Amino acid sequence: MISISGLIGQLFAIVLGLVLAPLLSGWVGMCRAWFQNRSAPPLFQPYYTLHKLFRKDVVLAHGASSLFRTAPFVIFGCMLAASAIIPSLSTDLPLAPAADTIALVGVFGLARIFISLAAMDVGTSFGTLGARREMLIGFLAEPALLMVIFTTALISQSTSLTTIVETLAHRDFVIYPSLAFAGIAFTFVSFAENARVPVDNPATHLELTMIHEAMILEYSGRHLALIEWAASLKLYAYSCLGLALFFPWGVAGSDNFIGLVAAIPVLLLKLGIGGVLLAGIETVNAKMRIFRAPEFLGTAFLLAVLGLLVRLLLETRV
Amino acid sequence: MTALLPFSTQLINLFASVILLLAFSMLAQRRVLPLINMFALQGATLCLSTLVVAFTTGQAHLYWSAGLTLLLKALLLPWILHRLVRRLNVKWDVESLINIPTTMLVGIVLVMIAFNVALPISQLSETVSRGTLGIALATVMLAFLMMITRTKAIPQVVGFLAMENGLFLAATSATYGMPMVVELGIALDVLVGAIILGVFFFQIREQFDSLDIRHLEKLKEN
Repeated sequence: MISISGLIGQLFAIVLGLVLAPLLSGWVGMCRAWFQNRSAPPLFQPYYTLHKLFRKDVVLAHGASSLFRTAPFVIFGCMLAASAIIPSLSTDLPLAPAADTIALVGVFGLARIFISLAAMDVGTSFGTLGARREMLIGFLAEPALLMVIFTTALISQSTSLTTIVETLAHRDFVIYPSLAFAGIAFTFVSFAENARVPVDNPATHLELTMIHEAMILEYSGRHLALIEWAASLKLYAYSCLGLALFFPWGVAGSDNFIGLVAAIPVLLLKLGIGGVLLAGIETVNAKMRIFRAPEFLGTAFLLAVLGLLVRLLLETRV
Repeated sequence: MTALLPFSTQLINLFASVILLLAFSMLAQRRVLPLINMFALQGATLCLSTLVVAFTTGQAHLYWSAGLTLLLKALLLPWILHRLVRRLNVKWDVESLINIPTTMLVGIVLVMIAFNVALPISQLSETVSRGTLGIALATVMLAFLMMITRTKAIPQVVGFLAMENGLFLAATSATYGMPMVVELGIALDVLVGAIILGVFFFQIREQFDSLDIRHLEKLKEN
């Protein structure tokens, strides 16, 4: 049954995601510049970029098919759906039954397939290179992400994201070593998935190292704007997922309008701290060689599996 | 939902998980010095977990073994190893042969085997820390795997010492520690073993000009 407050909460979560996502990217960029002793771009720089790109004309490559033109909309839609499902403010989300956590991984996977296909569609060598690298990263990151989700699902006995968050938020204080392992693994995965520094550099246009940027080189105008916005949304979605799974305190329950309003400053605070940490990690790490990425993601998978095993061995009373 | 475990058991489980994690990171570590530091950290974690068991159960002799662990495995042995590394001048030794992701996968399989083997045994035990028996067994097997995959002499010795860590954890978790005499004997054995192996390193290097133990596989000089 869909309640009015649930509907309002759902709409609010979507709008907040759309508005906050570029702000989060701007905040991370700002912190990064500060840590690296550069003068920082303004906090609202991603909005200016989006505004500029939306006004510009689209230039299409000669060989571009309709796939190339529809892909940005599909990717944007996937990311929007993901950030609507993830309980960032409240767990009373009418859209949540649409996809459990496993399907959520699938939604991210769908976006990845479309961006890779679009990159190969034009037929430039960079696009193909970026797409191949993206698939390499993706096929290593996805099992680790699934293992992380299985660990949390085992703790709460459900794969529905809202149930997981409700269980984790309203439990007695218990030390879960498995959850700690899963949290570290999730951090590794989200670095790889969001094209952040140890795996990919979001600011680079150097041919030999770029992954995400190589795929979107051919895009311009509103298509590029949508893809940039989708990338921000992905970072936002992953941050909210991480916060919801590992720091779920402050997320409002169902039918609780005051809790919903109170959850906003908590979310902003958590995202702010997360952004500072992300920028810090990006500053102290060097980008690794692409062939080290399997090792990095293999470690993430290992940690996630260890979390699962430790959960099965230690935390269930036999 | 499962019933809540007592807080002390949660702490012991946490430390045991850290020990398992350190065993894995030792397996993946290519450089010698971080390897020794991780071994020291593992010893310190082992000491903490023994302290928690001692405090919870009020077994006085476990305080002694915790102190012994700290002194021997977290301070003395790492110091000896550091000194050996400095004197053998192998500080920057990097092991390039092992394929780390494959080793990790084999490690995961070993952990599964260890957990499965330990589960029925730990059900027989009545101690607060019985759940960690599987982790102890896994640590022993991972250290064993490390000794198998490494070709340099010092990482092999670290693997040997880490195996003793796992055995100690097993003893604490299953039966609240071995008798003091046995424990002292093992501690001395390990210490003397490390010292003798240290002397042995110099002999190996003098003979072959490297610490690569694959040279030892040949019986005769050609």
